[in-house]
Amino acid sequence: MAAVRSARKAVLNRLAIAGALVAMLVFLGPIYWIASTAFKPKELAITVPPTVVFTPEITPMIRLFTKRVQIQGETDPAAYAAAPWWEKRIYDGGERVLKVGDAVQLSQYPNRFENSLIVAIISTVLAVSMGTVTAYGFSRFRMAGEADLLFFILSTRMLPPVVVAIPMFLMYRLVGLNDSHIGLIILYVAFNLSFSVWLMKGFMDEIPREYEEAALVDGYTRMQSFFKIVLPEAATGIAATAVFCFITAWNEYAFALIMTNRRAQTAPPFIPSQIGSGLPDWTTIAAGTFLFLLPVAIFTFALRKHLLRGVTFGAIRK
Amino acid sequence: MTSLDPRSRAATRGWSDLAIRNLFVIPTLLFLIVFNIFPLIYSLGYSFTDYAANRSVPWSFIGLKNYRDLLSDAHIWSNFVITAKYVIVSVSGQMLVGFGLALLLNRSFPLKGLVTTLLLLPMMLSAAVVGLFWQLLYSPSWGPINYLFGLGDFAWLSDPDAALYAVAITDIWMWSPFVMLLSLAGLSAVPKHLYEAAAIDRAGAWYTFTRITLPLVAPLLLIALIFRTMEAFKTFDIAYTMTTQPTAELIAIRLYKQAFQQWDTGKSCALAYIVLIMVLAITNIYVKYLNRVKER
Repeated sequence: MAAVRSARKAVLNRLAIAGALVAMLVFLGPIYWIASTAFKPKELAITVPPTVVFTPEITPMIRLFTKRVQIQGETDPAAYAAAPWWEKRIYDGGERVLKVGDAVQLSQYPNRFENSLIVAIISTVLAVSMGTVTAYGFSRFRMAGEADLLFFILSTRMLPPVVVAIPMFLMYRLVGLNDSHIGLIILYVAFNLSFSVWLMKGFMDEIPREYEEAALVDGYTRMQSFFKIVLPEAATGIAATAVFCFITAWNEYAFALIMTNRRAQTAPPFIPSQIGSGLPDWTTIAAGTFLFLLPVAIFTFALRKHLLRGVTFGAIRK
Repeated sequence: MTSLDPRSRAATRGWSDLAIRNLFVIPTLLFLIVFNIFPLIYSLGYSFTDYAANRSVPWSFIGLKNYRDLLSDAHIWSNFVITAKYVIVSVSGQMLVGFGLALLLNRSFPLKGLVTTLLLLPMMLSAAVVGLFWQLLYSPSWGPINYLFGLGDFAWLSDPDAALYAVAITDIWMWSPFVMLLSLAGLSAVPKHLYEAAAIDRAGAWYTFTRITLPLVAPLLLIALIFRTMEAFKTFDIAYTMTTQPTAELIAIRLYKQAFQQWDTGKSCALAYIVLIMVLAITNIYVKYLNRVKER
């Protein structure tokens, strides 16, 4: 009886593992599709039935970073001879592009990518440093109405972006911060600060107070013990918080859509705007999407031990 | 808890504890007040006016008219109904799929960590960009979804009946991993001896599941449920980049259009307040449960 039972259990166990693997493939399917489209020759992106096996191409990446005037007719041999190797690949792909003498120009994508980097990095540094000291304050000192203050801090995170964006748009227009890096950075710091305080408070609470107390006995001031004892102990937590804040700022769409249009526009509102009218070139869009998603995918692996903590604002640590 | 005892040794050297506490906490609170609370007060003021941000005509105070108009506007109500439908479909889908995945993963096998992390990938991506590339997957002429399921040229995102559900399916794909993550934490915390005791008592699988597993995982499932409900209610990015169907116009999209396309600023401030009050109500419940789980 017991043997039958355990045999059945082993079979069920195997079935569950097989189910998990199938589920993983299903969940990765859409990501695989966008990643593979980023390396497809233009004509293979829109075939029926969809193309799965193909020789990877670099032309979508070239088209993503450059812009050129499409011209009709045959390729001019002189233009072909004068073109750099990557431009030749576009010609070889069957496109009639670039007249003789025209220089290839950079597309807007690298600029949008750069804006995303600037805004995400600066806002992360600010949100994490302010969040770390504030978390220390909440973790180590008594405060009147502490629970209410922490609730207030968290509730700012829950505000719907469009709700906050309406008055912020009007105020930014008054002071000329619309379509500026600083304007977007301020919004992202405000948005990430609450998260950073809550997550860092969880990490601070885990650092034994005895470490600092020993330092105080040794003649450190409270400030010195914070910088020399607590901060190094909190390094892992700070790194994890920073990566979370970076991903949030990197991915953010609504504020960027409303507050920026050219100068400071980040990648999330830019990438969908590439679709435009007519037949979209999905390989180029996929290439832009792929490069944009890649850092987040890498960071997700780096963060895997802290994901649970991160998505519950530090409340559940396992 | 380190006290703020003025006689403590630390207090006599360098900065006092009280000064450090204030220095560490007050700037953050001020920052949040200036950039979150002040704007909301500002827009509360505008919600009682007929201000239009793209015109230079002077605005006038119109009292509660914006709120009265909004609450009697059938269009707005239909946006709320669409949002409710979306929340119910997408959150219940996420709960079922996410908890199901967690049950499958709740055992040890080679490369479990890798499989789990890969499954968590969708929720880390940018919702706007996810919405964009699902357009390619849903494409009626060359999309892999229609090909795989033999749906011919069914246009998911421009079909008035299907658009909202197409967005919900994408949202389920994106956020089931979140429910899975919390459920896995709950499942791994169920003490093994309870299952052993159940096995000795010859308890059936269903009985074990409903009497042992579910009750112990319930607090974390509830957290996932409330959080996802709140987020789904606020959904903007994913739906906005996927479809322009009026039947999929969620309340956040309606708010965006009213504020930044029709430039009906005063009225959109009023609508923003109605949405805000609903979100704060859910936030309150969420934080209450979060603190309860935390204290365990």
